[in-house]
Amino acid sequence: MTSHFLSVEGLAKIYPTTDGKPGTPVFEDIHFAIERGEFICIIGHSGCGKTTILNVLAGLEEASAGGAIMDDREIDGPSLDRGVVFQGHALMPWMTVLGNVAFATKSRWPEWSKAKIEEHCTTYLEMVGLGHAIHKKPAELSGGMKQRVGIARAFAIEPKMLLLDEPFGALDALTRGTIQDELLKIVRATQQTVFMITHDVDEAILLADKVILMSNGPLAKIAEIVEITMPRDRTRAEMHHDPQFYRIRNHLVDFLVNRSKGYAGSDAAQLHDAKHPPVVRPGLVSDGTPPGDNGGRPVLKQVVNQ
Amino acid sequence: MKTTLTFRAAVLSLFIFVMFIGVWHLATLAPKESAATQAANAEYAELMGKGAEKASGFPSPEKVGSAFVKYLSDPFYDNGPNDKGIGIQVGYSLLRVGTGFLLAMLFALPLGFVIGMSPLMTRALNPFIQILKPISPLAWMPLALYTLKDSEVSGIFVIFICSLWPMLINTAFGVAGVRRDWINVARTLEVNPLRKAFLVILPAAAPTILTGMRISMGIAWIVIVAAEMLVGGTGIGYFVWNEWNNLALPNVIFAITMIGLVGMALDLGFGTLQKFVTYRE
Repeated sequence: MTSHFLSVEGLAKIYPTTDGKPGTPVFEDIHFAIERGEFICIIGHSGCGKTTILNVLAGLEEASAGGAIMDDREIDGPSLDRGVVFQGHALMPWMTVLGNVAFATKSRWPEWSKAKIEEHCTTYLEMVGLGHAIHKKPAELSGGMKQRVGIARAFAIEPKMLLLDEPFGALDALTRGTIQDELLKIVRATQQTVFMITHDVDEAILLADKVILMSNGPLAKIAEIVEITMPRDRTRAEMHHDPQFYRIRNHLVDFLVNRSKGYAGSDAAQLHDAKHPPVVRPGLVSDGTPPGDNGGRPVLKQVVNQ
Repeated sequence: MKTTLTFRAAVLSLFIFVMFIGVWHLATLAPKESAATQAANAEYAELMGKGAEKASGFPSPEKVGSAFVKYLSDPFYDNGPNDKGIGIQVGYSLLRVGTGFLLAMLFALPLGFVIGMSPLMTRALNPFIQILKPISPLAWMPLALYTLKDSEVSGIFVIFICSLWPMLINTAFGVAGVRRDWINVARTLEVNPLRKAFLVILPAAAPTILTGMRISMGIAWIVIVAAEMLVGGTGIGYFVWNEWNNLALPNVIFAITMIGLVGMALDLGFGTLQKFVTYRE
């Protein structure tokens, strides 16, 4: 039915309460699509089910309703087609850095020779700047380096899509910036399709083509999809000179601070069509009025698909 | 110059050891000698007076020392069923412990894996384990002797049954506690179950499993002495019992020390193995 690379349709998740009855859905009626080569960030407060959505896409968790189709095949379990970078790096501490990446590579191409696997892994580890540390154990690495190994491991299996669960959450700002740059470079070079959870608005603006905004859970929904209209070759050092940057940033921050809580009762929600969440381009709005200042209806001015 | 803590501890240990031997020596002096050297020992001689009158009192360190020299200088002689070198006796015990322990391993590790992986099996088997675990391994002896009809095999069975529980429980616990993240990594990489078991779960649970094995070995070494006293024939436990029947207390003390030393060596061995599989996160 769809021609999208990945489409999520009617996704919902209900966890049972402690007495075994089904509870309130964490989120419901989630629809969105990802095209090949797109970088999608998803932002929302804790408890809106971002990680659950990612886990469903990864095939690690089952949705209570709805499903996802990637490359014309329904996602019904974990697959080597989707590489996952976990929040807490999830490296196996008893293996070396090379061993960790080789474990993944060997899983992908069991028929490869040892030398070929090592060569392949080294390429990816050099890509994340860890060529010098391949024989170290994860415990000997800093947090940033560990997460780089995690990224190299996910890239090394050359998946069709990459899923990143807040990969830089535990890192300090400086390290985070460096790795963001590296990730951006690699993603652009490999044309990788990426779905990433983040809490960092600047990170989302730097990396993403589209940002999915989730309202607060329970009963979380996709409130808006924000298109980042800045040129794709933006860099961390330059992007804040672009006038679009602050418009987008203000829009995102405004959503997180003000609109995400009361979303369920707002005017925007009344007009909300879950199957086609409003797509907005705050970067292109030139009237300079910060969203939210004109009676809670600015959203509609920017909506492009209705 | 400051000496290291290890060195100072070693000096103190040596001092305690010398003191212990000294007190033991004084305590086992014959009354005549104590009269000759009395002064400081007058009170002590009085205390020991009666006991020391017996022909064979508690053996002195010198007597025990000569037993050490005698047995250790020729550990592997064999003069028939009741007179074998200490090396042979310890060897028999180690063989039994080793066999029983290996059998327990073959049983406990796979079963522990299954229990650890399946919450259903954990719950289903838990009552049995909880009831069987506290049973003294020697209580199985009559049943073992009756069904197996062989004292040698029964001894091994007793070691098997006592090594089983700590290994089984620790393996199940270790396997159940493997970090979710690592399992998820294996799942997203579509790793086949065998590879997952050997390359992810086993190394992740290895420190816990080895702790179980270390505890099992400690218990097995304690139990083998008692088992051999019951079963007889060979082994360090039988040696102790035999020397007691001969009223050769220096030999008994020698054997006790050997039991301690071998037990320590076994524990050190497992300690080293444990270090080998422990990972730092």
